[in-house]
Amino acid sequence: MKPCALAGFASEAPTFSSLEALPGDLSDWLVSFLPDIEWLRWLTASLLAIVLILTVFGLTFAMLTVTERKLLGRFQNRYGPNRVRVFGIRVFGFFQPFADAVKALTKEDIVPAAADKVLHLLAPVCLVAFSLLGFAVLPYGREMTLLGNLDAALLFFFAATSASELAIFMAGWSSRNKYALLSAMRALAQLISYELPLLLVAVPAVMLAGTLSLQGIVLSQADWLGGILPHWNILTPWGFAGALIFYIAALAESNRCPFDLPEGESEIIAGFLTEYSGFKYALFFMGEYFGMAALAGLGVTLFLGGWTAPCEFLQFIPSYLWFYLKLVAVVLSFMWMRATLLRLRMDQLMRLSWKFLVPLALVNLGNAAFWQFSSNWEGAWLAARWAISLAVAIVPFLLLAKTLTAGLGPRQYRYA
Amino acid sequence: MFGTGILKGLYITAKNLVGSYHDPERLTTEQYPEERPKLPENFRSFPFLVFDGENAIDGLRCTACKMCEKECPPQCIYIVADRDENGKLMKRPKVFDIDISVCMGCQICAEVCPFESIKMDHHFEVATDNRFEKLLLHREDLAKPNSYYHSIRPTEAAAVDAQLAEEKRKAEERAAARAATAKPVPATPPSNPPAA
Repeated sequence: MKPCALAGFASEAPTFSSLEALPGDLSDWLVSFLPDIEWLRWLTASLLAIVLILTVFGLTFAMLTVTERKLLGRFQNRYGPNRVRVFGIRVFGFFQPFADAVKALTKEDIVPAAADKVLHLLAPVCLVAFSLLGFAVLPYGREMTLLGNLDAALLFFFAATSASELAIFMAGWSSRNKYALLSAMRALAQLISYELPLLLVAVPAVMLAGTLSLQGIVLSQADWLGGILPHWNILTPWGFAGALIFYIAALAESNRCPFDLPEGESEIIAGFLTEYSGFKYALFFMGEYFGMAALAGLGVTLFLGGWTAPCEFLQFIPSYLWFYLKLVAVVLSFMWMRATLLRLRMDQLMRLSWKFLVPLALVNLGNAAFWQFSSNWEGAWLAARWAISLAVAIVPFLLLAKTLTAGLGPRQYRYA
Repeated sequence: MFGTGILKGLYITAKNLVGSYHDPERLTTEQYPEERPKLPENFRSFPFLVFDGENAIDGLRCTACKMCEKECPPQCIYIVADRDENGKLMKRPKVFDIDISVCMGCQICAEVCPFESIKMDHHFEVATDNRFEKLLLHREDLAKPNSYYHSIRPTEAAAVDAQLAEEKRKAEERAAARAATAKPVPATPPSNPPAA
């Protein structure tokens, strides 16, 4: 795009490209072939939207598994999977998920003799179902929300996704295996510990937007300072601190490294997954990735401006693509974390949450309240607003970190 | 400061990620079927029999002394010595089988062999679809020319060749000496050599 056209575009009243409403228009066009019965058209349109979500995130899941394996390889100076070829074509091994799917489908489904058969079957199904529920309320674009502007979208999201830990507990309990049960207990302890900071840092976004509707929270961030600097929550002191806490808590909620204690291959032999094989095992992975993507989507919505473009003139790219890009970027950063950090010990996990994240999240709540209170300060007061807010974000972090890590390191290695 | 360790770690993994794309030296993985491993000379898989000359069976160095058969810890070698029509030993194997599904690659057979006949191979791709027949190697499968031995272990093969040539020379000298001393006393039976 030429600079002059760019300037002209920015000064105009927001006109969005026809791509913006494309999915909705397409759905309306398809539905118009049906007989004019209201409930039938409504049902078909809803099903179409569900199918779209399932297809997009199903394929994203497939590609994320292979991307994760390839990236982990590169992070450790390996190649990662690169062998699978279809009809002699080898696209850097990106056909791997399809080979994995065929393998998972053709493997024997083993159920332990002493297992609770019903729960054992139900657990992976529940996990996927609960993880998928979160997608129902995420705003994917300006015109794209599955449940529309559900007023209590945020509440719904937390209610739905935290139920996935219940599915993990079901798996651990029904396997009748001590490792599985240990892992299930770890999963529950982790859920209780990290749900709290996760909720506490979501509250400020709700406070400042004045609504629990996720679409409303996105719209409250859909503005630009001078057309370039977005009004995303992450670019405020409370938002930055909140996004960091949210990031850590989301890693823990989705049972990802360094918080993969419930899985813990090296200690409790994959925990609740121990007694699963074949496609049930694959379903657990699917649920885990769906949950991760949903949490990343929520993080994008709360702190990264959801589907809004980072600059005003970039709005010609449809909003749902922006959302997708941000979501993938967050998930890729999860993979980076996984490649870098080691698994925490149980007591470290608890301490990090209760003694560090929860107090900081509470302080952050006050910080956001101050930010809201000082929203009409100007001039020198504006600088004071930023200084006070930054101080409130950073000083407790440093103080708390110093007291918590006192006497813990650096470790002196002594050899016998 | 608290948290800087994580940033350092992230920097290191990011360096690996970028580095692995533009610096192939970082990737130590061997892409096996396309890239063949360069085996060290002393690599060993399973035993094979060395033969000299053109004919694999006639040129075998093996004399069917059965030392390897007796020494083999898992007893995977089976030898039947060849006899002529009078029942006299012909100093060559009629049957020489090695069951490589049993062989543990200990190299003891190669070490005890006094005739430098049995050596350890470099060939490691032995997967087959039938473990009872295709993993039981017979005389014909085991016999490999001396030139092959040279190609896989040049240093050792050269030393063996020199040693064999030396032994041959000494044997010829002894034979010549014996012929010289034996001439004046033709009555001495050949089975009783002079005290050496």
